[in-house]
Amino acid sequence: MAVPSNQHFFIDPSRCIGCQSCVQACSECDTHKGTPMIHLEYVERSISTQTTPVICMHCESPTCAQVCPADAIKKTEDGVVQSARKPRCIACNNCVLACPFGVPKMNAGWELMTKCDMCYDRTSEGKKPMCATVCPSQALFFGTFAEIEALRPRSRPVNEFRFGEQLVKTKVLMMVPRGGLTEVVDVTAAMHGATPQRTVHLDLMMSGVFANAAEGK
Amino acid sequence: MATLPVDELKIIDFFGPHLAFMHGQSTDTAIVPDKLVKTHCCFCGQQCGIQLKVKGNDVIGFEPWEEFPFNRGMLCPKGVKRYLQGAHPDRLLKAIRRDPQSPSGFSPMGRQEAIEKVAAEIQRIQSAYGNGAIGVLSGASLTTEKAYLMGKFARVCLKTPFIDYNGRLCMVSAGVGNKKAFGVDRAANPWSDIVGAEVVWISGANVAECAPITTNYVWQAREMGAKIIVVDPRITPIARTCDLFLPIKPGRDAALFAGVLHLMIENKWIDGDFIEKQTVGFDKVAEYVKEWTPTKTAEITGIAEPLIRKAAEWWGTAKTSFLMHARGIEHSSHGVQNVLGSINIVLASGRIGRKNCGYATITGQANGQGGREHGQKCDQLPGGRDIFNPEHRAYIAKVWDVDEKEIPGPGVDAYEIFRKIDRGEIKGLLSLCFNPKVSLPDSGFVQRCLEKLEFYVAIDFFLNETARHADIVLPGSLQEEDEGVVAQIEGRVIKINKAVDCPGEAQEDWKLIQGIAKALGREKGFTFQSPREIFEELRIASKGGVCDYSGITYEKIEKQFGVCWPCPSEDPQGRPIDHPGTVRLFEPGTWNPIAKGAGPYYFPDGKAHFNVAAYSPPTEDVDAEYPLILTTGRVVSQFLSGTQTRRIGPLVNQYAEPRIEMHPQLAATLGIKDGDWATAETRRSSVTLKAQVVATIRPDTIFIPYHWSGAKTANRLTIAAQDPLSKIPEYKACACRVKKASEPAYVKTLEPQQ
Repeated sequence: MAVPSNQHFFIDPSRCIGCQSCVQACSECDTHKGTPMIHLEYVERSISTQTTPVICMHCESPTCAQVCPADAIKKTEDGVVQSARKPRCIACNNCVLACPFGVPKMNAGWELMTKCDMCYDRTSEGKKPMCATVCPSQALFFGTFAEIEALRPRSRPVNEFRFGEQLVKTKVLMMVPRGGLTEVVDVTAAMHGATPQRTVHLDLMMSGVFANAAEGK
Repeated sequence: MATLPVDELKIIDFFGPHLAFMHGQSTDTAIVPDKLVKTHCCFCGQQCGIQLKVKGNDVIGFEPWEEFPFNRGMLCPKGVKRYLQGAHPDRLLKAIRRDPQSPSGFSPMGRQEAIEKVAAEIQRIQSAYGNGAIGVLSGASLTTEKAYLMGKFARVCLKTPFIDYNGRLCMVSAGVGNKKAFGVDRAANPWSDIVGAEVVWISGANVAECAPITTNYVWQAREMGAKIIVVDPRITPIARTCDLFLPIKPGRDAALFAGVLHLMIENKWIDGDFIEKQTVGFDKVAEYVKEWTPTKTAEITGIAEPLIRKAAEWWGTAKTSFLMHARGIEHSSHGVQNVLGSINIVLASGRIGRKNCGYATITGQANGQGGREHGQKCDQLPGGRDIFNPEHRAYIAKVWDVDEKEIPGPGVDAYEIFRKIDRGEIKGLLSLCFNPKVSLPDSGFVQRCLEKLEFYVAIDFFLNETARHADIVLPGSLQEEDEGVVAQIEGRVIKINKAVDCPGEAQEDWKLIQGIAKALGREKGFTFQSPREIFEELRIASKGGVCDYSGITYEKIEKQFGVCWPCPSEDPQGRPIDHPGTVRLFEPGTWNPIAKGAGPYYFPDGKAHFNVAAYSPPTEDVDAEYPLILTTGRVVSQFLSGTQTRRIGPLVNQYAEPRIEMHPQLAATLGIKDGDWATAETRRSSVTLKAQVVATIRPDTIFIPYHWSGAKTANRLTIAAQDPLSKIPEYKACACRVKKASEPAYVKTLEPQQ
């Protein structure tokens, strides 16, 4: 079976509450018990509770696979980039260093690159990935374009990311705001009535994304 | 003899808390579970639906239950890892007795022998000092059947008035406030009413960490156009992207609500027609808030005046809204006033009892709602009845088949039970589902009281910190080892289903209680064969009361994914009906047993009551000696006193030890950097923990989560001041000071969770 073609993965970091439910649920997976494949990080805890969940973006032309000298990383026909194949992987770390999203990790004990495979055991059987099922804020959402349009009128999905000269198109979509954001970043600012506008710059998401967002599409 | 039998480190060595990780069958990637049991999480009041994977007599994992409408498969990390409490190395599989000669401080004994010893000690103490020399502490994480049984057991079997429960630390301010304003104590609206409201006001509720699934309702409301107002001394994850953040100084909520109502009245942002026809008491409240000008409100609350004006305007001019609050405003020596203040701005807006016009407190414990309805509170009888009301007493006496005079009068709150122990008035204690040595304020006092007891029996599945003082511990049941109902956050009665049998000699708590009744020779009324039998009696006991369960059956719960009370079995004329339950309270034209058709609120005139919600500062305000405010709360990966969650490895690893949260400005003046050791000190005691320096907290406030014990417990510091009406302790504000410290001694002897 394949992942249904109308079902898509959407990530909205603005909803994330850092609870790690996704990480904890991922580690329950029957195929990699005890080891989560999702990364959840504070951006900068000293100034904000902002966290970002990072799953594999499942690129159309996966950089990890392109740089793999052992041809160990395969993509299924329905677009899911899989973890390295054990018989082929030589644990060289090329993929770990090359992935623009920082997704693959080297499991030193297993001498094997492991990463999120979008719960292929579940999604290929028509279920939702475990992380998106449990996510209490629905920062991780799995469903159709029609559902996301109806549920998220304030934001829109993008799946093109520019890293220097490289344009990466992904299967997983990132929700970006249609309008600008006002953020309170320090309690003292709110205490004194000043809530300064702040633009968030993350190296991960380059200007192209924000330019598109600003057009309000 | 409730002193610790041996050095506490030795007890910890044997009984934990130790950490459990995925082990045994749950690590097997090829295993196929025997069955999936549809039930609910054992932790918070949201009671998310979950399916437990069962193999043999082990819960080996979980599967989301996407059909259950409240959470549709969503779970927080505690729900995901809850199964690891099963087959735990710390599990009590036998009864144990205090034994200073044993290396662990305890020796195993036969369960029946232990029960008989408990009965003998109860008898000894009661014949020497009177029936009231036995106190009972119970809990709101129990099923409603057990909570009901505990109230009946204390009054009918032990004949003591002194029972109270750990909801005293949780729901009572909201309960008193709701009863004073509405005559009934329940969330007024279903959570679906949040989505579609124009304004969502969240006061003192760390929604993302304490009620995580509610986050999606709030975010979805915002997607549909709602403005989100969050009032909190910290930028919690739900506050990070809210539309308006009011950084209130802890303990000043009544002042803020008064200031908002002042502006609503001044700008005519009130529903005069609703106030006139549906409420009483507005004039006195309007008179009181006259003095609460924006300038004064800003000065008292520590919130900038423009933000207060903006909040009042958004709230005042909205057409629909949902206000929710939690312990942040309730854990206060004027918690009831804070709650009443919030209700006043709801009533003045006229936005209640309709779709998308809602008000609710966010329930804390699994059965925080159901556990406060059926008689384990010191002044309450089943059905939400009052123990001092002659009619209520007469009805319950008939159900229990006892003489009304045999039912004791009102007892005292949980903290007062400890004061009675301190004064030598209570000599024996029975506790179930309560860990007061960690959860009550000024825990040094609690320990000294425990040491004064002549006899203490605890029922628990792990040896919690309080039970270390026990003479006898009876091995009780985990939530997944029994069945019964709980009422979740929306007042929806749902069913906990049994997944596995109790291991070893552990037994369902209600059977242990009935065993004690039998050993006392007072088994009449305590011969139930199943939770269903208890529930059937509870239905009758609640009939005609405010919390009417008479029309609820296990089957109806399963069929419609829960039933919201009131759900009477008869219509007002006494004819049998098949009532679907009451999802939303106070809808126009609705009938209730108090108003009898006069109006939708639970008073004889059917009207809602405004109450003057007067501001007063916290009992212990800051001064030159103790210049900072200490506030306490929770983290997402731990639950309450940590008896369960400090034994689950992946949850402990997520946030292993408490830290002292402080603002960089404060840290700079103290010379403390992120990760440094720091000592927080109050007039009660001190704790030394690592500092977490973050700009997400007010510089005049520090925060410490309270889930840990011993040298790490925040409740060594907190003050035992209580609200005069609800008796809730003031966990959210006391005066403290902080200084840089060096590594404390416990680091070398204790693991993070111990």
